[in-house]
Amino acid sequence: MTTLMDKPSDALDHVSLKHARLPRWAPVLVLVIAFAASGLLALLLGWGPVAIVVVALLIYLVVLPTWSRVVENRRSAVDRFVTALVWVALGLAFVPLVSLLWTVIREGAPVLDAKFFTWSMRNIVGEKGGIYHAIIGTLLITACAAVISVPIGLLTAIYLVEYGAKSRMASSIRFLVDVMTGIPSIVAGLFAYALFVVFFGPGVHMGLGGGVALSLLMIPIVVRSSEEMLKLVPTDLREAAYALGVPKWKTIVKVVLPTALAGIITGVTLAIARVIGETAPLLIIAGSTDSTNFNLFKDQMMTLPVFIYYSYTQPGNHPEIARPMAWGAALVLILIVLVLNLLARVLGKIFAPKTGH
Amino acid sequence: MSTIEAKAGSPKRRLGDLVFANLTRAAGLTILLALAGVAVFLTIEGIPAFTAGPEDLKGASSFVVYVWPLLFGTLLAAALALAIAVPLAIGVALTVSHYAPRRIATLIGYLIDLLAAVPSVVYGLWGGLFLGPKLVPLYEWLADHLSFIPFFAGPASTTGRTILTASIVLAIMVLPIVTAISREIFAQTPRLNEEAALALGATRWEMIRLSVFPYARSGIVSAAMLGLGRALGETMAVAMVLSASGVVTFNLISSTNPSTIAANIALTFADATGIQVNALIASGLVLFVITFVVNFAARWIVSRSEVSV
Amino acid sequence: MAKSIDISDLNIYYGDFLAVEGVSLSIPARSVTAFIGPSGCGKSTFLRSLNRMHEVIPGARVEGKVVVDGQSLYDPSVDPVEVRRMIGMVFQRPNPFPTMSIYENVLAGLRLNNKRLGRAEADAVVEKSLRSANLWEEVKDRLGKPGMGLSGGQQQRLCIARAIAVEPQVLLMDEPCSALDPISTSAIEDLIHELKTEYTIVIVTHNMQQAARVSEDTAFFNIAGANKPGKLIEMNPTKKIFSVPDEPATEAYISGRFG
Repeated sequence: MTTLMDKPSDALDHVSLKHARLPRWAPVLVLVIAFAASGLLALLLGWGPVAIVVVALLIYLVVLPTWSRVVENRRSAVDRFVTALVWVALGLAFVPLVSLLWTVIREGAPVLDAKFFTWSMRNIVGEKGGIYHAIIGTLLITACAAVISVPIGLLTAIYLVEYGAKSRMASSIRFLVDVMTGIPSIVAGLFAYALFVVFFGPGVHMGLGGGVALSLLMIPIVVRSSEEMLKLVPTDLREAAYALGVPKWKTIVKVVLPTALAGIITGVTLAIARVIGETAPLLIIAGSTDSTNFNLFKDQMMTLPVFIYYSYTQPGNHPEIARPMAWGAALVLILIVLVLNLLARVLGKIFAPKTGH
Repeated sequence: MSTIEAKAGSPKRRLGDLVFANLTRAAGLTILLALAGVAVFLTIEGIPAFTAGPEDLKGASSFVVYVWPLLFGTLLAAALALAIAVPLAIGVALTVSHYAPRRIATLIGYLIDLLAAVPSVVYGLWGGLFLGPKLVPLYEWLADHLSFIPFFAGPASTTGRTILTASIVLAIMVLPIVTAISREIFAQTPRLNEEAALALGATRWEMIRLSVFPYARSGIVSAAMLGLGRALGETMAVAMVLSASGVVTFNLISSTNPSTIAANIALTFADATGIQVNALIASGLVLFVITFVVNFAARWIVSRSEVSV
Repeated sequence: MAKSIDISDLNIYYGDFLAVEGVSLSIPARSVTAFIGPSGCGKSTFLRSLNRMHEVIPGARVEGKVVVDGQSLYDPSVDPVEVRRMIGMVFQRPNPFPTMSIYENVLAGLRLNNKRLGRAEADAVVEKSLRSANLWEEVKDRLGKPGMGLSGGQQQRLCIARAIAVEPQVLLMDEPCSALDPISTSAIEDLIHELKTEYTIVIVTHNMQQAARVSEDTAFFNIAGANKPGKLIEMNPTKKIFSVPDEPATEAYISGRFG
């Protein structure tokens, strides 16, 4: 090996790569100190845990960049400030999540017992009842929404990927589906009401209307997720089927859909999880009742979100009973949504084609 | 179009193909019809409100006078929510895309999904029963010390159920969508541009400023607008948190607050009769048009930036 | 101002995967050193470890020493940001900042450090850098236009101008001509010839003729097989490598028997 070493250049030319730097553990140290200081203040002034976290993060945000400015240089200080800011933003974003989950569990868990799940509120005054009627209503209405949304959504996705491709109609559907994801849920409820009033007259209430309103919110989600999944199916697969003389529609049904099945099921499950907690449309069209109603086509139907809403806004003469029931129902609703989300992941894994990444 | 396909494929179109193709097309058309239906039915049921008199509109002399304070509240709450949520969302999205190690980034992604999964009625419950009362001391402090700012003129609400509380809850609710889109766009910044900045001796922040933000600008705008659409239309959180009296005021911390269109519908629909129902539906139409325009614009920006990139 | 680089026992990892193993060599100052070898042999990875760009990839790390001007680049007290300022880099594909004008692109590195750059001073830097990059005559009338509007070869010369505007000691070039047509390639090679009087230049190239044309010294890297680390086979004056290399593996590669 050659070492064609040039003689070192003159000292004037020397650029130092080093400048004083904060030790690696500096951010951790400052964070600990910030929390200690904030905790101390909290002891003196009697703050809650949220205030401690917020104040500690603010202290961190000031102290670390200042230290860096003194020891390092301006650019490092700015960089550290932004880094701190970004992490503090993350912390602040999760304060409400933690607080909300904690509150719901703390307030809701004591209410959960067998009676809570098996009784309705029929003829119950001044004592704790159950949410059986609301669970039934939620399940029926959500199922109704899924029955409407999945065929329409899936067929539309098939149209977009397999038939429409880049046609004018396909791209306008695609665009309007995107816009549709932003329709306020209350507007969906009003739409269902306005539609049903035309057929059934003013003051109409029925579970079916809830299903229609929810499907308006659910269809765009199903379309988008199914479309993404269908697009992932390799073109080779389709061409292989065509080359065997299989007609296009059979190729789609027998080859494309099974390949994309895992993703489609995941998408549908997530879409159900998204609409199962919707309140506003059901408030308007499905109404509220104390009894269990199994008939989607007649009379008011209670649902979990609406139950929570009325237990909170109209606790009647016994708020000390209604409030905990609202928290309990909220906990149940969150659990249902979480289970659906987990289920979506599990189903996606189970049905995933064994090839690919 | 069908003749071209027929030539390319089999000589005669099979019945199965014809039926299936038209079935899927019909499904697509159903969606377009549904969207048109929303506008049509809301208009049909809303029209009587436009000519209604004061006796039917809670004393408002016309529909415009009736809906204006609600529209004001809707815009105010949504604007406040965005002012809180967008900076936070950009911070969180940057953490995920450029700061956190990959494992932690995945975990944060799950938590954001969790935040999005919580039903709005639960946010409403938490905002009304937990967050509101917790904020009362802060509002009292603001009213005592910063009352010269019109926003904090006071007197502070004793329940904490103010438009500011409602906006904070709204902000938490729109955070996931703004974060998700910003994160996606930040992560798509071409690696070459990032490395160009780093190789010039940029710190991480300078790299983000030089290469990530210019690239993501239109994406952030559309993310914020999608968040705006969500905030404008969100019902339950506002209905359950706000103690609304339908006034027009910029005072954010008092017990007299403007209401929003969506919350007003939710709160009064069950007891409304006759032309009041039409008025509520007409206000829903106004909300639909506004959110439609906002979402339309946001999606348009997104689709345009996809083309240019 | 150019500096030599001494590398001893450098191991480069992606996570647990050892990508480059045990490289020791010295890169002379004010001269062009070329890295050649089959694809996947770690020559680009090795180049990126010389200005600590390697560690930008999550999980990537380095063992061993890289010494420039008596300072070890991987010393814990060394700021990677300062390293990259002193050792500039030009990438495979031209990457001007898309939102900036030609003028702003050249100044991008300086603006990071020295916000208060007077108008006249900035103009002077831009002209000097663009002249050094042989681009001035072509763009002097449209400095305000976006850098993305230039041809590929012009964009790459703009990137070189951007890199030398911060007056680095060393210029690393990672296959700078691989995305360019022959005419642009020839312009860049001419430029490399001129720049070596002032800079230490290290160039990775997959093109052996290019290595032979532009470099004084050549290092040959090779890889024993898939999932094996890349290694330095030999480093010698380019003339020797291309006529009487020390190692049979080098001769096999040069004569086109593999790779």
